[in-house]
Amino acid sequence: MIFSVDLLVNAVISGILIGGFYAAVTCGVSISFGILDIVNIAHPAFIILGSYVAYIVNISFGFDPIITAIVMTPAFYVLGAGIYQIYYVSFEKHGQESLRGLAFFFGVLFITEVSLVLYFGVDYRYVEAPYIGPTWHFGYVDIPLRILVPCLVSLLLIAVLQLILTRTFVGRAIMAVAQDQLALRLMAVDPIRIKRIAFGISIATAALAGAFLIIIQPVEPSVGRQYIGRVFAICVLGGMGSLPGTIIAAMLIGIVESLTSTFYGPSWAPAVSFGFLLLTLAVRPAGLLGR
Amino acid sequence: MRTTGFLVVCLVVAGLVFAAASAVGNDYVFFAGYVVLQYIVLSTAWNILGGYCGYVNFGTAAFFAVGAYSTVAIYKFTTENEFYGVPIPVLMLIGGAVSGIIGFGMGYLTLRLRGAFFAIATLALAVVLQTLVVNWDYVGGSRGAYILRPEAVPIIGAYIKYLFLVMMMLAVAALTVARTIENSRLGYGFATIRDDELAAEASGVPTLRLKLMATTISGALMGMAGAPFPYYIGYLQPDSTFGLDYAVNSIAMPLIGGTTSWVGPLIGAILLGSLQQIATVTISSAVNLLIVGCLLVGFVIVAPNGILGLVHKYWQRKPEDFVGRRRVETDAPGAVP
Repeated sequence: MIFSVDLLVNAVISGILIGGFYAAVTCGVSISFGILDIVNIAHPAFIILGSYVAYIVNISFGFDPIITAIVMTPAFYVLGAGIYQIYYVSFEKHGQESLRGLAFFFGVLFITEVSLVLYFGVDYRYVEAPYIGPTWHFGYVDIPLRILVPCLVSLLLIAVLQLILTRTFVGRAIMAVAQDQLALRLMAVDPIRIKRIAFGISIATAALAGAFLIIIQPVEPSVGRQYIGRVFAICVLGGMGSLPGTIIAAMLIGIVESLTSTFYGPSWAPAVSFGFLLLTLAVRPAGLLGR
Repeated sequence: MRTTGFLVVCLVVAGLVFAAASAVGNDYVFFAGYVVLQYIVLSTAWNILGGYCGYVNFGTAAFFAVGAYSTVAIYKFTTENEFYGVPIPVLMLIGGAVSGIIGFGMGYLTLRLRGAFFAIATLALAVVLQTLVVNWDYVGGSRGAYILRPEAVPIIGAYIKYLFLVMMMLAVAALTVARTIENSRLGYGFATIRDDELAAEASGVPTLRLKLMATTISGALMGMAGAPFPYYIGYLQPDSTFGLDYAVNSIAMPLIGGTTSWVGPLIGAILLGSLQQIATVTISSAVNLLIVGCLLVGFVIVAPNGILGLVHKYWQRKPEDFVGRRRVETDAPGAVP
């Protein structure tokens, strides 16, 4: 192991950039799991779905993946709202969400993944965009644009989400539904509708996260599995449903993973986030910025 | 029925199945049957924690792989030291012990938290263990490990028949354990945790201790199911051993069969296991996962209590079956009619 300053600085910077991307991947789960208490294990599968949508449009029409994803968010929103409706009618209404709801999302994860495998095969797919090749150099620091662009857009996305959650009526209702459903009902707001909207938003972010993912790395259907644990680790570490906490936790895990793969080898990196998760659950289950 | 009686019936059925499989005269029956039996053990083990206590374990593959890799480690160690032939049942006990310890540790870390965290932590555990195995060169790392299995065993014949028999005995043991738990104080304790943990805790049920027992027993059984696996497959590789296929199957089978009784996982494993064996041969292995996923989602939505639930519902529709209904209620605590 050779320790040098430029390696360290590069590892930290790439960790921060990757962390920005992780934040985009996680913010959907922060809403669904953190705020709504819906353990949406299938979220990474929707992200992969988003990647494939960006891929198809990019290959057939040459559109930019990020713009495609922004255009596609309404479709993903509708998908999310539909899934919540099924989930609500079948499980939440009867109070059976703990066991069967989990199994339901696990099944959805499998169906999505296997359908993608059957349709596209297990080849790695990638997209073309002007910012994928070049890298900026500042002294000995390298910043690849393919990671910088998703990171910046992702921070923008989370800023917008945070504004929606704190400044609009629907956003405040979403925050309120987590705390007291009955009070919401007394204010003449239908909590089910609010939850449906929130879950739709959470799946809509998956469209964007999917586009970022396929910009950063080539994608095949089972890539999503690597993100299941990472996403929940970040969500729990960030304090369940706090978007600023999500960004901090995502960057922290990004930096630690990047340092691990620089100094110990990439094969150890996956264990980092899970180690963090187990540690957080054991020591401080409320997370960094817990409620 | 007393436990000894149950055991005798199980052994007789097992003997009949073995005789029938031998009568076919094709070793492939044993290869396919072994997988189904393995799933009976895995889904029964999953059900002890998932069905009885209501805690979802996504890490079946992790416990299974721990059993398999402890066998590989012992195999490497014994072949290097010129000492051959640790019998499979001994390997099973060792694999079961290691998995049981991991199950206990896992439970100790996370079971104080809400149920969902436990589920996520089990997913995490699978990845941590996989990373450890990938980086552990002694058991082959990411290259995988080869196990040379003997051609034949005295008296029984082909080695696969021996593996089949061993797995069958394990399945009988797992079913007996599950049934015994179900009808004991332990089972009632588990049911209280599933129905309302807070109320159980308040009425003096030692919930943490019970949950730890459940994770340990469940983990140990999964490890025991994994221990003979290297001998079955011949080449063990981390990606496939830690595959989510085991996780989804061991969840789908009890939920499809019915989670409140030992019969559920058995029915689910036999149905789904055989269906998959047929689908793998006739269509493709990707399609069989799709089938499992669709069945799982379909069943949890349409028939929340699985096939057992459907059967109970059917019986209760008949007005003359009043006696049967009472029997159902007292026999299976927590069985939703």
